Amino acid sequence: MATLFQGVGAVTPFSASSSLDSNKLLLPSRKSLSISDSRGSIFVYRSDALNLKAATRLQLSPGHQKRSPSEDLLLHQSRGSFGAFGLYLHCLRIAYPWHELLLFEALREGLEEEMERDPRVCVMGEDVGHYGGSYKVTKGLAEKYGDLRVLDTPIAENSFTGMGIGAAMTGLRPIVEGMNMGFLLLAFNQISNNCGMLHYTSGGQFTIPIVIRGPGGVGRQLGAEHSQRLESYFQSIPGIQMVACSTPYNAKGLMKAAIRSENPVILFEHVLLYNLKERIPDEEYVLSLEEAEMVRPGEHITILTYSRMRYHVMQAAKTLVNKGYDPEVIDIRSLKPFDLYTIGCSVKKTHRVLIVEECMRTGGIGASLTAAITENFHDYLDAPIVCLSSQDVPTPYAGTLEEWTVVQPAQIVSAVEQLCQ
Amino acid sequence: MSLSATKFVHPITAPPSTRSSDKPLFSTFFGSNHTKLRFNKPIVAAQRRSSSAASTSSPVVAVSDVVKEKKLKSASNLLITKEEGLVLYEDMILGRFFEDMCAQMYYRGKMFGFVHLYNGQEAVSTGFIKFLKKEDYVVSTYRDHVHALSKGVPAREVMSELFGKATGCCRGQGGSMHMFSKQHNLLGGFAFIGEGIPVATGAAFSSKYRREVLKEPGADEVTLAFFGDGTCNNGQFYECLNMAALWKLPIVFVVENNLWAIGMSHLRATSDPQIWKKGPAFGMPGIHVDGMDVLKVREVAKEAIERARRGEGPTLVECETYRFRGHSLADPDELRDPAEKAHYAGRDPITALKKYLFDNKLASEQELKAIDKKIEELLDEAVEFADESPLPPRSQLLENVFADPKGFGIGPDGKYRCEDPKFTQGTAHV
Repeated sequence: MATLFQGVGAVTPFSASSSLDSNKLLLPSRKSLSISDSRGSIFVYRSDALNLKAATRLQLSPGHQKRSPSEDLLLHQSRGSFGAFGLYLHCLRIAYPWHELLLFEALREGLEEEMERDPRVCVMGEDVGHYGGSYKVTKGLAEKYGDLRVLDTPIAENSFTGMGIGAAMTGLRPIVEGMNMGFLLLAFNQISNNCGMLHYTSGGQFTIPIVIRGPGGVGRQLGAEHSQRLESYFQSIPGIQMVACSTPYNAKGLMKAAIRSENPVILFEHVLLYNLKERIPDEEYVLSLEEAEMVRPGEHITILTYSRMRYHVMQAAKTLVNKGYDPEVIDIRSLKPFDLYTIGCSVKKTHRVLIVEECMRTGGIGASLTAAITENFHDYLDAPIVCLSSQDVPTPYAGTLEEWTVVQPAQIVSAVEQLCQ
Repeated sequence: MSLSATKFVHPITAPPSTRSSDKPLFSTFFGSNHTKLRFNKPIVAAQRRSSSAASTSSPVVAVSDVVKEKKLKSASNLLITKEEGLVLYEDMILGRFFEDMCAQMYYRGKMFGFVHLYNGQEAVSTGFIKFLKKEDYVVSTYRDHVHALSKGVPAREVMSELFGKATGCCRGQGGSMHMFSKQHNLLGGFAFIGEGIPVATGAAFSSKYRREVLKEPGADEVTLAFFGDGTCNNGQFYECLNMAALWKLPIVFVVENNLWAIGMSHLRATSDPQIWKKGPAFGMPGIHVDGMDVLKVREVAKEAIERARRGEGPTLVECETYRFRGHSLADPDELRDPAEKAHYAGRDPITALKKYLFDNKLASEQELKAIDKKIEELLDEAVEFADESPLPPRSQLLENVFADPKGFGIGPDGKYRCEDPKFTQGTAHV
């Protein structure tokens, strides 16, 4: 354990408020390596070989140094056993337990923990109660907490979102579920006018600690209207924060952070990611809403992504590694505001940026991100920023056509090859 | 709808010459208005003290009928005591004088933008809000100055908000259409019609939640949602009527039917103009009341608010009222028939209350004049306060965008952007 912490660099003392002080370590493996950036949070590794999981959360102050080379070495080691070190890690597992679950279960766990912690937290949405949520995120909660705390609403998005806002203004902490993010288009009036603006127009008198969440994104042949990506429409609204989760680990952490935040937060989930399985710590943890996640550190090119495209990027990364490239993959997680520090550090290192997103080409998150990076880090770029986004096409039903509207790993590989020439 | 429609000729049937070309089109496509104008019999059973007592019984009985029964049994036939009367009078005078002062200040260039005045509708605001406790919530629309004043927001704060000064109730950031007060539980102030109704439903839900889930004793706050006739064609209205009735939320929906939505007559916009009827369709009582008579409004308000407080659910109250001025100070108000305006001017709620107070020897001329003078002085002081208040400084620009300013994110230097001094100065770009 000492060796690893030396590698971490200047470690400031754990903050007393940190709820997670486990030092579980896990060996990096060929599976996804999720390591948050050095400023803030989690080192999560997954190994099939030793069947362990480790997460270390260090409350570091912003501006902390990046990882040292020895630490990088440890992270890049993969496969194979580690002998005594492995045994050591195995012992850690007994001391710091974990459990495996699916993404929607992780969301539910986060939700349930917050509901347990604060009786003012309530859920409202269509079919969240008796039905358990159309994606089972709220399964079992209505039986446990009652029909008023997990409220089945009639099909009136604009009004029940407004109702959530009114409840938030008067002391509750509601979570409004859109059965599909696309349905929240009907709630745009309330989200834009009231959710985002009321804190300001009331001169700071009323806070709106609401969480609006739901699945969006392109699924499997769901048709145009159920495959919308609303992050681009909401990003201009002043006064709200937007986050997108991509793994069970960050889903639970972001859910908890969003509920605890005093700002209105929109949490974007993805229809196809609900059944992702991962091991997460038993101990309580909360992630930061404003920080990005370092998925795979690298040297040649920065790939910025979020939500489902993270997996397409990681698939492409495998191919790229075989071809000799070393991409740095960052899951931006916070869609509004952008974590310019993590992104900036990466750009300063690699000088090439590729943005891979599922949002539409025109006016999407990638477009904003391109503008933000150009504005702030123009001098560090060796090549123009390339943004791969979905085509400006209503998502077709046919499987083949749908596949071509969304960015596929092959396109990512060729974009990287072109950028790195 | 009441008898009033028969007493004047509606503009549709006698259109001004400029609009005559439109007439045939509208009468064919938008349904004939003629039948609706001929309200020979009072269809609604809620006209109190109506001499023509040909009230047919509606499926939902107006509470005012029940109240009439009770009142006849009481010793005195008076609806209010002297103190209550003076309180009502003072509140209505405050509303009226304040709005007149607003108009003056607007034309002197002290306030800008859209200003919507409430002259003529004071009875509704006073009649309802004066029955509330401080903890009860009020949600209004853009015509919210008088709701704010009735709820207790000091006139000087409202005036300086209108002037856009930092001492306004919303620090100058809301303006005429966005009056908020946490202290007085005024939840706004909304520019889009219908937008406040879900917020009001949420406040009522909050109250029910506190009572049933958090088990707070005495959590029986009632919410009043004020909105107009135009809003009653909006989806949010119906969606919230449904939800409020479904969950028996402690809310009263108060429709200030002043017959006009800017230049759109209620009769031209609504297939069934009797808004109170829409209550029973959702399972709640629908009441129509003469909104120019503060005492009638008060009686209905009492019943509706107490019903909500007991947990019996929402009520829809349609107050027939009228605005003496245009929709806003930018509206030339040329469309409305002068005869209609004259008719309602004759039913000025303040004059009516004055007459009631004199007739029943509840107050003397001097007492009322003293109240007038007091309010005038209060308003002069409010204007002076607003005039002398400072304008919001640049540093205020970014202060209230987020409740937790970490929401501005992390800057390229690794620090949270809100720690950047440019944020406190208001010169940062977000």
